[in-house]
Amino acid sequence: MGAEGKQRVSTVESPISTNPADPADPADSSRQRASRTLFWFVERWSLFIGCVLLWQLATSAADNPYFPTPLTIARRAGHLWLTGPAGHLWLTDQVFDDILPSLGRLVLGWGIASLVGIAIGLGLGRSPVAGDYFGGLLAFARAVPPPTLVPVFLVLFHIGPEMEIATIIFGTVWPVLLNSIDGARSVEETTMNAVRAFHTPWRRRVFSVILPAAGPKIFAGLRVSLSIAFILMIISELVGSTSGIGYQLVFAQGDSDLPGMWSWIVLVSALGYLCNSLLVAVEHRVLRWHRGATRRSEG
Amino acid sequence: MLAVNGLGHRYGTGKNAHVALEEVSFTVDSGEIVCVVGPSGCGKSTLLRAVSGLLRPTKGASTLWDKEITAVPEELAVVFQDYSRSLLPWLRVAGNVEFPLRNQDLNRVDRKERAAEALAWVGLDGAGEKYPWQLSGGMQQRVAIARALAYRPTLMVMDEPFASVDAQTREDLEDLLRRVRTEHGMTVLLVTHDIDESVYLSDRVVVLSSAPTTVLTTIKVDLPVERNQIATRESERFVHLRGEVARLLRRSSD
Repeated sequence: MGAEGKQRVSTVESPISTNPADPADPADSSRQRASRTLFWFVERWSLFIGCVLLWQLATSAADNPYFPTPLTIARRAGHLWLTGPAGHLWLTDQVFDDILPSLGRLVLGWGIASLVGIAIGLGLGRSPVAGDYFGGLLAFARAVPPPTLVPVFLVLFHIGPEMEIATIIFGTVWPVLLNSIDGARSVEETTMNAVRAFHTPWRRRVFSVILPAAGPKIFAGLRVSLSIAFILMIISELVGSTSGIGYQLVFAQGDSDLPGMWSWIVLVSALGYLCNSLLVAVEHRVLRWHRGATRRSEG
Repeated sequence: MLAVNGLGHRYGTGKNAHVALEEVSFTVDSGEIVCVVGPSGCGKSTLLRAVSGLLRPTKGASTLWDKEITAVPEELAVVFQDYSRSLLPWLRVAGNVEFPLRNQDLNRVDRKERAAEALAWVGLDGAGEKYPWQLSGGMQQRVAIARALAYRPTLMVMDEPFASVDAQTREDLEDLLRRVRTEHGMTVLLVTHDIDESVYLSDRVVVLSSAPTTVLTTIKVDLPVERNQIATRESERFVHLRGEVARLLRRSSD
């Protein structure tokens, strides 16, 4: 707080800088940035850290084997994943045999679903006739809860990665598909007329006009489908897999390794958070224009 | 150069059909600025879309250099009233101006050069790195005009291009249009509902009736080529011409 007050004074005193937003003094602006980052970090994480501390106190007071303390879980997690040979960057076999394959199947399934969803969605969205024909079908297909299809895919593909990827694809394609349809429909007629008037070939119309115009809606769909993909990854590995995070989770439970079980749960949450953050960062970059444009039209 | 022959268009069929254009015929000569003026709802925008090949009319046809217009001709550029929707918000100003040039056989350097040149014509040199939404409405419409100019059309078709900008900007853009027309030998077909604007801008005014729409008359604007927002508008000839157009429009809507 004190640092902020000082900065405000220094901007006022500075005789060169007429515009307060203008970073006249680079040292000042970097200090400002550092204090802003710190403030952001505290604002964002203080409650989280507080909750973990509270959890630590509560579980150590309760001393219940089903609810190990966060410290116990962290120690177990460190032992599970970070005690490997130096040649493998100290990562254990579980990282290579379970965590990475799980993530690989997740990314593959979600990636395929996204590409298919965007491609079909843009097509259906730009064709009113096709949109009408497929509307009812899509509304029904998306209403099928994806976990109910796990038994079906188990029969079709047996236990293994194919079944898991199929489950993820089927569960995650809908949000992307429906949002892409919506996004493609939202392209203004004037925009399409203007683009058509300049003899823009269809390929450019799709990739340089419809796709970016639908971008905000598509990203909203991608975020929803990514969280669904995590759920389906775990569910399919709980039911029909011989490796992966979900498999290790049930295995730890069956082995009465409760700190281990909790470690896997925390890991899934952390990975989910990390992947979502990555996607949001990409979206932030790609859709910078959209934030600016909407802020402008509201102000 | 452009001939509109018995153009008519109806939306829908049967009892619910809406006749937007009954029968419209006029011509535009090379190098002319022709304004089409008509009461609101008389199908001006339909006419423009049909003439520029964005809409297939249900009756009649237009020809450009004696070739029937079935799709948007290569040598034609369109400027719309709604600049915020016709510009692409994810591209910077320069990117927007270059957008149609990418459809032409031009290399990167030529493209950049042409875009910068067109932006300079409309007084926006240096704004190329901005996004359209960072500019005022009048400046955005300048970008849209620059985009059309960079395309180097022989015929520029404009649909109420200055209807959504403030009065001062509007006057600036009107003068800008007359200047680039003279400097670059372009032909302009412009639709407006503003009587003063139609007289001030044009060499000829095509006056449309209210729906079902036909051409009431075509008025030659015999004002000097050099026009001035104040002097021209207070000249006797201008006042007489605008009165003539206004009277025609009033009579047609009664």
